[in-house]
Amino acid sequence: MIELHSIRKAFNQGHDNEYWALDGIDLHIEAKKVTALRGPSGSGKTTLLTIVGCLSRPTEGRVRLLGEDISGLPERFLTEIRRRRFGFIFQQFNLIRGLAALDNIILPAYPTGRPRRELLDRAEELLAGLKLGHRRHAKVEWLSGGEQQRVAICRALINDPEVLIADEPTANLDTHLAGEFMGILEGLAAQGRTILLTSHDPLVVESAVVQRVVDMRDGKLLSSPR
Amino acid sequence: MRPADRALLLLLAGVAAFTLCFADAARLRGAAGADEAERTRLVAQLRLTDLALFTEARYTRHPSQADLHSAFQDHPLAFEHFPSGSLIGPPPGLVQSHSKVGGDGTAIPAAEVSK
Amino acid sequence: MKLWLAKQRYLIDFTLASLARRKARNLGLLFVYIVLVFMLASVTLYTHALRQEAARVLAASPEVILQRMVAGRHDLIPPGYQERIGRIRGVQKVEGRLWGYYYDAVTKANYTFMVPAENAPAAGEIIVGPALERARGLAKNNGISFRSYSGKLHTFIVAEVLPQASELVSADLVLMSEASFRAFFDYPAGHYTDIALSVANPLEVRNVAVKLAAALPDARPILRDEVLRTYASIFDWREGIVLALLSAAILAFGILAWEKASGLSAEEKREIGILKAIGWETGDVIKMKFWEGLLISLTAFLIGFVAAYVHVFHFSASLFEPVLKGWAVLYPRFQLTPHIDGVQVATLFFFTVVPYAAAVLVPIWKAAITDPDSVMRS
Repeated sequence: MIELHSIRKAFNQGHDNEYWALDGIDLHIEAKKVTALRGPSGSGKTTLLTIVGCLSRPTEGRVRLLGEDISGLPERFLTEIRRRRFGFIFQQFNLIRGLAALDNIILPAYPTGRPRRELLDRAEELLAGLKLGHRRHAKVEWLSGGEQQRVAICRALINDPEVLIADEPTANLDTHLAGEFMGILEGLAAQGRTILLTSHDPLVVESAVVQRVVDMRDGKLLSSPR
Repeated sequence: MRPADRALLLLLAGVAAFTLCFADAARLRGAAGADEAERTRLVAQLRLTDLALFTEARYTRHPSQADLHSAFQDHPLAFEHFPSGSLIGPPPGLVQSHSKVGGDGTAIPAAEVSK
Repeated sequence: MKLWLAKQRYLIDFTLASLARRKARNLGLLFVYIVLVFMLASVTLYTHALRQEAARVLAASPEVILQRMVAGRHDLIPPGYQERIGRIRGVQKVEGRLWGYYYDAVTKANYTFMVPAENAPAAGEIIVGPALERARGLAKNNGISFRSYSGKLHTFIVAEVLPQASELVSADLVLMSEASFRAFFDYPAGHYTDIALSVANPLEVRNVAVKLAAALPDARPILRDEVLRTYASIFDWREGIVLALLSAAILAFGILAWEKASGLSAEEKREIGILKAIGWETGDVIKMKFWEGLLISLTAFLIGFVAAYVHVFHFSASLFEPVLKGWAVLYPRFQLTPHIDGVQVATLFFFTVVPYAAAVLVPIWKAAITDPDSVMRS
C-alpha cells in the first residue's frame, strides 16, 4: 500500500545543528495489516510516521501511495490525501480544548463541507461503538485520559480513512487502559484498516494484533524489511 | 440553531438596522422641511450670519464675523476655539472681576408689569 | 456554492466556539470596539449634519457684511459711511445692522441684542430666543429688566418668543426696536454695528468686495462664501473636542490591534498545528480566522453605527452636550436633520473594520504556514 524508497530526512538543513533523523529507509507497508515501528526515542519512528502520514515531506527519497508517487505533491494535495486516507491518533491526543467531544470528532470533516446532520450521526455511531455515547457533550478537558484517547480515535475515523496512524498510543495509559486500547485496535484491524503505529511498549509490540514489527535505531531499519 | 446560523442571522439583523438608519434619515429629512424653512426665514429676515452654538464669546458666537485678532483676548468665559485652549478652564480671577461689568437685571412677572 | 456555504458555516462554528472559550475577554473587547465605533460615528454624523444644516440655513444670510476695522478691532460704522457704498454697481441694497452683546450677571450668560431689519418690535418690547425663555423663565407678556452698561435699569415686555424650531440660529437673541437699542447701549446716533449688502448677481459678489476694499480701505468685507466656509470647516479634526476624541480613539484602537497583532498564544499555535494535521488546509485556517476578525469588527461597526445614529438624531447627541457646551450657559436645544455622508460612512467602515481584520490575520498567516508535523514533534 505504501512504499518508501531511500527516505532521508534532515532537520535544520544547512545550519550548524543539521542532523539526519532518517537515513535511508526502504519499507513497504502492506494494506490491511497492523505494523508497529519499535525503537528507542530518537530512533526516527515518529519522523517516519509523519512522512508516511503526509504531515511532512522527505528531504530525499520517494513515497508511493497505492503506486502513486506523492513525495513531490504540493501541500494542498498532501492535505487532501491526509484528510481522506489517514486518521491520526497522537500521543498527546491533541484534542481542541473547550470543545465538546462531538465537536472535536467532526473537526476533520469541516473542510469537506459534508452535511452536519450526517457528521453528527456518524460521530454518535463511533462514540457508541467505543462506549462513550454518554460523554458526547462533555468538554474534552473534563474527560479522563482513556476517554480522551477514545475521542481521538473517533476523530481519526470520522472521514473513514483506510490508514490509521498512532504515535505511542499507550504511552499515557495504564496497563488496564492500554489493554482496552489493544482491544479497540483489534476491532479496527478486523474492519480491514491498515494500521501503522510506533511503540516501545511490550504490551503493544508483542500483542497478537500486531502482525509485523519493524525495529529502528539511529534513523535506520534494523530488521531486514519484509 | 447552530452557532454559525445564529451569528449570521445577527449580522443580517445588524445590516437591516444599518439600512433602516438611512431610511429613517430620509423620513426625518422629509419631516424637517417646515422647521428648516422657519430657520431659513429667520436668517433672511434678521440678516443672521451664524449659528447660536456657543454663546461664551463673540468669536465663538459669531465665528464668521470675528475680527482677525479676537480669538485670544476675548471673553474670559470663552469656550476656546483652538486646541490648546480646550485643555484649561478660564482663570477664576477673571470670571469674578468680569461679573461687575454686566448688569444685574431681574425678571418681573407679567402681572407686576401691567400695574 | 452550496458546498462553499456549508464550509463557511463550519468555519464560523469553529471560530465562535473558540471565541466562546474566552467569553469575558472577547465580550470586553467587542464592547470596547463598539464604544470606539460609536464615538467616531457620533462625531462624524454630528459634525456632518451640523455642517449641512449650517450650509443650508446660512445660504439665506446677506451676501456681504462690511465691518470697519480700527487697530485690528471691529469698530462702529460712522455716519456717512453707507452713502459711499451706494454708488458701487451691482449692489442692490445697503442696510446698517445694529447688534451687540449683553452679559447677564443673573444667569451668567451672554445674549445677542439685535435690531431686526423688518418687523421690529414696538419700543419697550422685545422678542426673545427660546434658550432665553428657558434660562430666565420668560413667557409672552412677562417683563424683564436689564441693567445697561451705563448703570441704568431698562424694563422690557416680552412680545413674543421665537419658535423652538429656529433655536439653532436664534437661541440667545433679544430683538428690540432701534430706539430701544440705541437708548439701552447709549449707541451714538447715526452709527451702526456693521453693514449688510445685497448683491443680486452671485457672480458679481467678488467684484463688489474688491471695489469695497478699494473704496473703503479701513473696511473688511465678509462674503457669504466665507461665512459658509467658516461652517464647512467647523469641528475640523484639529479642534479641541474632535482632537481629544480622535486621539483617544486612535490610542484605544492601537492597543486593540497591538494586542491582536502581537502574536498568538502557544495554545493558539498548537491548535493551528492540530487543525492542519487532521486535514485542514492553510487556507481553511486563515479563512476561519478571517471570519473571526470579520464577525467581531462587523458586529462592532453595525452596533456602534446604529447606536451613534440613534444617539445623534434621536437623542440630540446628548452625550456630547457637556463637551460642546463648554463654559456657555445658554446652549441651544436642537434636533439635527439627519444628513448622512455615504463617503464618510464608508471611510469610517474602512478605518474601523479593515485594520482589525488585518491585525487578526497577520500573525495567523505566519503560524498557518508552519509545517503540520510540528504537533507530532512536541
